[in-house]
Amino acid sequence: MKIIVGQDLLSANASQAGENRVLFKNHRLAVINLISAPGSGKTALLEKTASLLKGKLKLGVVVGDLYTARDAERIERAGVTAVQINTEGVCHLTADMVARALQEVSLDQLNLLFIENVGNLVCPVSFDLGERAKVALLSVAEGSDKPAKYPGIFREAMATVISKVDLLPYTDFDLPACLEEIQQINGNQQFFITSAHSGQGLSQWCAWLEQLAAGKFNGNSIASRS
Amino acid sequence: MRLWGDIAVNGCNGRAAVHELSLIQSLINMVVKSAIENNIKKVTKVQLVVGEYHGVLPESLEFAFGILTEGTVCAGSELAIEKSALLLKCRKCAHEFHPDGYLYTCPICTAVNAELVKGRELYVHYYEGE
Ligand SMILES: Nc1nc2c(ncn2[C@@H]2O[C@H](COP(=O)(O)OP(=O)(O)OP(=O)(O)O)[C@@H](O)[C@H]2O)c(=O)[nH]1
Ligand SMILES: [Mg+2]
Ligand SMILES: [Zn+2]
Ligand SMILES: [Zn+2]
Repeated sequence: MKIIVGQDLLSANASQAGENRVLFKNHRLAVINLISAPGSGKTALLEKTASLLKGKLKLGVVVGDLYTARDAERIERAGVTAVQINTEGVCHLTADMVARALQEVSLDQLNLLFIENVGNLVCPVSFDLGERAKVALLSVAEGSDKPAKYPGIFREAMATVISKVDLLPYTDFDLPACLEEIQQINGNQQFFITSAHSGQGLSQWCAWLEQLAAGKFNGNSIASRS
Repeated sequence: MRLWGDIAVNGCNGRAAVHELSLIQSLINMVVKSAIENNIKKVTKVQLVVGEYHGVLPESLEFAFGILTEGTVCAGSELAIEKSALLLKCRKCAHEFHPDGYLYTCPICTAVNAELVKGRELYVHYYEGE
């Protein structure tokens, strides 16, 4: 006997992501899914962002790691409520992990929620979490050849942050070539050239976040496309 | 701060990435549920459609399928993988093409960011059983 199923393998995740999206919308909350390779500076960027936006926006952070609560501890030291998800070896966050973590967050009190995904440039791209925008991070330490090797995240990102640019003098990272390559993959995105150490580019980044939280970019939401 | 533990797939350190394991786990859950509903005692074949966009390796899917089906109604069945090639459509001149490499650039008018028409599928087409 042959049974036709026709059901998407990611359908369970997609429907939970849809529920998350409705929840965020009801709370008028802008949500960013932050995706990058391990160690490219996601948590460092959030620490800096937290102090720069203090008094302007109420931030919340949900952070995923395979093990440990180290990132959430760092973010809480920067004065922002953080919920740590431990995936116990799973290489990406799923919509239901986020939904469970959200039960610990008073969404009404927030304007902007960051979801720091598990450090991984590949798998998190396939799992919609209900976010408004995916933001990619690429650090100077990783090398400027990475966009072509991992195009998926850059194709879906609403913005790309090039991080650790204070290291440019010490590497062969070709910034113009790298930006050009990302633009060829997806020309419809915002770029931020930043350093969490020197503070370069962070005011532009924060200005963009304020616009996002104010609902500026709702019309061309890349994240909500199926 | 709260700490949350989460185990999305059965613990297993095989040759398949956790990613493939979790995809196959949802496939098996789906088929097992449907088999119960349709009173099927033994599944012999599962046909999976995988779009080129996902870049998942058939070998790791098969490997994950082999271990995760153990003890289920799908044990010993064949996983048949049907690949679906990428098809893009130029946003400017509407030309349809298969990309050459990772750039979605139109070979006719060189416009970038072509629209994805096909190749993002990831679904169980059908299964066979008795
Ligand atoms: N030089 C320099 N180092 C940085 C910068 N931002 C982060 N780092 C360093 O890079 C290392 C990793 O930074 P994290 O913020 O932990 O990176 P992450 O992306 O959160 O890492 P995972 O969560 O493990 O994936 C730390 O030692 C940081 O101090 C930067 O702008 N410049
Ligand atoms: Mg981190
Ligand atoms: Zn993975
Ligand atoms: Zn064209």
